[in-house]
Amino acid sequence: MNVPAPDPSADDAILNVDGVGVWLAGREVLRDVRFRIMPGEFTGLIGSNGAGKTTLFRVILGLQTSSTGSVLVGGRPRNRRNPIIGYVPQKIFLDPDMPLRARDVVALGLDGHRLGVPLGWGRRRKAVDSMLDAVDARRFADARVGNLSGGEQQRVLIAHALISRPRLLLLDEPLANLDIGAEGEVVALLARIAREQRIAVFISAHDVNPLLPVMDRLVYIAAGKTASGTTAEVIRPEVLSALYGQHVDVLRVHGRILVVAGTEGPPAVMFEQPNSAAVGPGIASPR
Amino acid sequence: MVNTWIAATLVAVIAGAVGFFVVLRGAAFAAHAIPHGAFGGAAGAVLIGVNPIAGLGVFAVGGALGIGWLGRRGRHDVATALALVLMLGLGALFLSFSVEYAAAVYSLLFGEVLGVPSDELLPIAGLGIACIAALAVLYRPLMLTSIAPEVAEARGVGAQRIETGFLLVVALAATMTVPVVGVLLMFSLMIGPAATAGSLTRSPRNAIALSVLLALATVWLAVAVSYLTNLPVGFFVGTLGAVSYGCARIWTARRRGRTAPA
Repeated sequence: MNVPAPDPSADDAILNVDGVGVWLAGREVLRDVRFRIMPGEFTGLIGSNGAGKTTLFRVILGLQTSSTGSVLVGGRPRNRRNPIIGYVPQKIFLDPDMPLRARDVVALGLDGHRLGVPLGWGRRRKAVDSMLDAVDARRFADARVGNLSGGEQQRVLIAHALISRPRLLLLDEPLANLDIGAEGEVVALLARIAREQRIAVFISAHDVNPLLPVMDRLVYIAAGKTASGTTAEVIRPEVLSALYGQHVDVLRVHGRILVVAGTEGPPAVMFEQPNSAAVGPGIASPR
Repeated sequence: MVNTWIAATLVAVIAGAVGFFVVLRGAAFAAHAIPHGAFGGAAGAVLIGVNPIAGLGVFAVGGALGIGWLGRRGRHDVATALALVLMLGLGALFLSFSVEYAAAVYSLLFGEVLGVPSDELLPIAGLGIACIAALAVLYRPLMLTSIAPEVAEARGVGAQRIETGFLLVVALAATMTVPVVGVLLMFSLMIGPAATAGSLTRSPRNAIALSVLLALATVWLAVAVSYLTNLPVGFFVGTLGAVSYGCARIWTARRRGRTAPA
């Protein structure tokens, strides 16, 4: 493995993923993944289901050990109690019957890992209220969190992750299952957080389009391999064809991007706007 | 009769508090399996001539550790079911060897709330305080792992360790309460009041308090009516639990102006 020349900006990066490879159950899930994220940058992790997005997040969070390579968070090897990273997982368990308000979920982000009964109610309440204001969620602060809409729940979870004042926010498919209006609102909120609070946002998605207006850079992941850079650098036929190991075309239609695979037979769309009838990105190869 | 009231009160406080977390975590099956499986341990204890409570404790703790350990490798419900059938099977075996004492063991199924000896009150109170203290220590990680286990892991909280710790609290609660109210009653007291409280209030703190109050009301009412009518306490506790939950659902559905989800 050849080591690239050190980059002057490497020391300032909030996240530096260098040559990470992961084997799970005899299968290579990630291979030589390398990219870095600077403070306050908005970065998309784009790829289809099963491409390795969640595994990469788990490596960054320290929940999954990598077979090769290293991950530096804020210039240091990451550890499991790293408060620099805030995390919004894809899977959460919110039952409508749970006696749990939006503000309770946010408060758990503050000190949910600590033992004992919480003290200092006034101070906690103030911190939770100002966090709810920051994500425009104050009006449903006292609603049962399980009864909120998908977009409202995402706001609550973002507040939950932000209240511990992280410098890097990881979000695993936060736009999945949101309608288009809520999708745009969540993206705008995240862009504002990145800009105003200088928090680096790293968000995974299977469709690049909702993120196009706000993304500084993207990491495209396919079959465990990644390419990173600006949208113009990465979303190109040569780059994506190399990643997928087959010919890929990039179509730009009305400001939207379609990645289409296959030279023979009917083309299969590798990603497209959600809820379309097109073949999903996971089954992109031509038949 | 005074002993009955004291014992029933202690049991209701423990069941109401532990039950809140049982319902929150969707752990009703584990809360069913641990006391019922522990019943097999009591049968074993009677067979070798030691205090049934020791047998209850050993089986309850063993079951909790078994469910926690197996559950981390595979499906939690399957692990729970296997622990339950193993303990019940052993119980059946022990009972077949000790026919003459079977009555004493069977009484554990329904408890002897109307005949609690004074010297059992202190151990019950001690175990109860231990349960509440453990819940207070685990409070926040229990809440966090209930909704987002991955976030908890990323923040250095071992979700599996918390789960096993919680199952041990359930085991402790079962050990202390089963001799008093019996296996069936303990299970109904952990689920009914907590589920009712959860649908009536949104705040977790209020829900815990309401769950304890409802458990107290249920037990006091059941003991009083049972004393007057000479019908089993378990019948009244089970019925009150189900009816209060049903009423709470109807009330919240009407308040929201739509039908409650099933």
